[in-house]
Amino acid sequence: MRFTRKNKSVIPGFGLSFGITMAILGFIVIIPLCSLVVYSSKMSFAGFIETVTKPRMLASYRVSFTTAFYASFVNLVMGTVLAWVLVRYDFPFKRFMDGIIELPFALPTAVAGIALTHLTVSDGWVGRLFAHFGIKIAYTRLGITTALIFIGIPFVVRSVQPVLEKIDKEYEQAAQMLGASGAQTFFKVILPEIVPSLVAGFTMAFARCLGEYGSVVFIAGNTPYETEITPLLIMSKLQEYDYASATSIALVMLVAAFLILLINAVIQSRSSKIISGIG
Amino acid sequence: MSEKKESYVELKNVNKSFGGFEASKDININIKKGHLVALLGPSGSGKTTILKMLAGLENADSGDIYIAGTRVNDVKPKDRGIGLVFQSYALFRYKTVYENIAFGLKIEKRDKNYIKKRVNELIELVGLKGMEKRYPRQLSGGQRQRVAFARAIATQPQLLLLDEPFAAIDTKVRKELRGWLRELINEVGITSIVVTHDQEEALELADEIILTNHGKVEQTGTPSDIYNNPKTPFAAAFLGDNSVIENISEFKGFEGIPGKAVIRPEFVNVYAQDESIEHAASVDDAVVSKVVFKGNIIELKLNIKGSEITAYRNVGQKQVIQGENVKVFIRKVFEIDDTKASSRENSIYSGNDSIVI
Repeated sequence: MRFTRKNKSVIPGFGLSFGITMAILGFIVIIPLCSLVVYSSKMSFAGFIETVTKPRMLASYRVSFTTAFYASFVNLVMGTVLAWVLVRYDFPFKRFMDGIIELPFALPTAVAGIALTHLTVSDGWVGRLFAHFGIKIAYTRLGITTALIFIGIPFVVRSVQPVLEKIDKEYEQAAQMLGASGAQTFFKVILPEIVPSLVAGFTMAFARCLGEYGSVVFIAGNTPYETEITPLLIMSKLQEYDYASATSIALVMLVAAFLILLINAVIQSRSSKIISGIG
Repeated sequence: MSEKKESYVELKNVNKSFGGFEASKDININIKKGHLVALLGPSGSGKTTILKMLAGLENADSGDIYIAGTRVNDVKPKDRGIGLVFQSYALFRYKTVYENIAFGLKIEKRDKNYIKKRVNELIELVGLKGMEKRYPRQLSGGQRQRVAFARAIATQPQLLLLDEPFAAIDTKVRKELRGWLRELINEVGITSIVVTHDQEEALELADEIILTNHGKVEQTGTPSDIYNNPKTPFAAAFLGDNSVIENISEFKGFEGIPGKAVIRPEFVNVYAQDESIEHAASVDDAVVSKVVFKGNIIELKLNIKGSEITAYRNVGQKQVIQGENVKVFIRKVFEIDDTKASSRENSIYSGNDSIVI
């Protein structure tokens, strides 16, 4: 494969811009990640397997993956509704609402964690309501999921929103003329259009939730085997100066995140082939 | 096809405005069953609004719309039994050709075997065999149009609406598709309405033309009727490649006609200086101001008594050049005033009785 620009561009500087790209990717992403592998390789392979498959570890994977999955799933639905409302309707303070979608990106996650914990403890504003029905939020997996929903919402909204904006009105009218009801139009015509962006939003939110630490530690309660997330275990290994174990667990998380994003990339390239008409 | 001539689609005193803009003003239209009708007009003339009101995608402010004798003003688009081919085709990008055509049938919850049979039949009809599994983006413009057509008629609607069906297709393919569409509509025998701004398309395709301008129906008639007997100044000037003359009475053979006239190039005979002239007494002098080679014909811009008119000469005739003096004989004009147009022949054909002076 040769290194070539796609088309002759009016803006020169392929060499320079490609160099900068590689330098940034290298220093910021690739080298730190490689160091993970190097650090963990100080441990024997058997030792590595033992460290990452301890029962407490396995329990934390389960907590992390299930809560991240539920949270991303909730975000998938709520994010779609939110994006739909923002794109299709006009209402007062729409710009403001549109703006605060990004708040979870900007806010220090610990702030979100503390706020959510205060709200959802059994005598908090929200926690009190649920306590009536015997549902506890703070210090349970439900609490973790709540925090992760907060963290993940912008991913789905911001991936779906531009796609929804671009859907031609004639698309819906065509479905209508062919006899489709409102629900049929949504599920058979609009949904296929936004599925690639939903997958992108879901996987990004999921990958982000897997790694979320700041907001979760406050609300989780951190009971071993119950509400202990994997990033927390990494932190505690670090506090014990057990770098090899910490990096081993981190490597597992890295592989998981990589797989998730790979699935996304495969789906995206398939759909972009359909759209561009190649292949 | 039944040869019943009752009106199948009818619009009665239909009005529609968008904000302050009147898109339809007192529209009255009758369309017979089985006919192919063209709604012809410049952009912004309200032809697409009429189409959308028929489809139910826009609501008329007042007036009645009837399809097959039923008032449909309050009937939902999906229940009107209309097939619509959009200008952009609006094919579903993530569905294959087969799935696009099957869409309406699946919504109707038809039997699986029937859907398969019907879709394959349609694919064969529109000549897209072997392309069932392609996605719209893998097709050419003409092929997409065929899919859109097949999708629109899959559920056997009683009325087919086509919004600028050839706008996105290059000229050569457009001509082919036009003939194809005409044959296909005949074969299917469906009442069809085509919206177009292209007069050539309307003249060639339609049984009947409804000419629209500024939200009003200007004239309705067969293509030859509309072309040869325009009744309004707009109809006279819109159809054909026209020149408008401010003072027609200055021209030989049209003395005594007050006001303006429209001259079509095919009404004008151009004679070079040494060519023999049939009606020597009725020719005017003109100067060639521009010569445009159009392949099958030579288009001339002529300066005649301070006006510019367009005329044609055949490729086989002696070449004239820019700046050359020529003789011009005008066979016919459309005399126009503010509200109506009427055809006037050169007085040489009618003896001397129309010369008043």
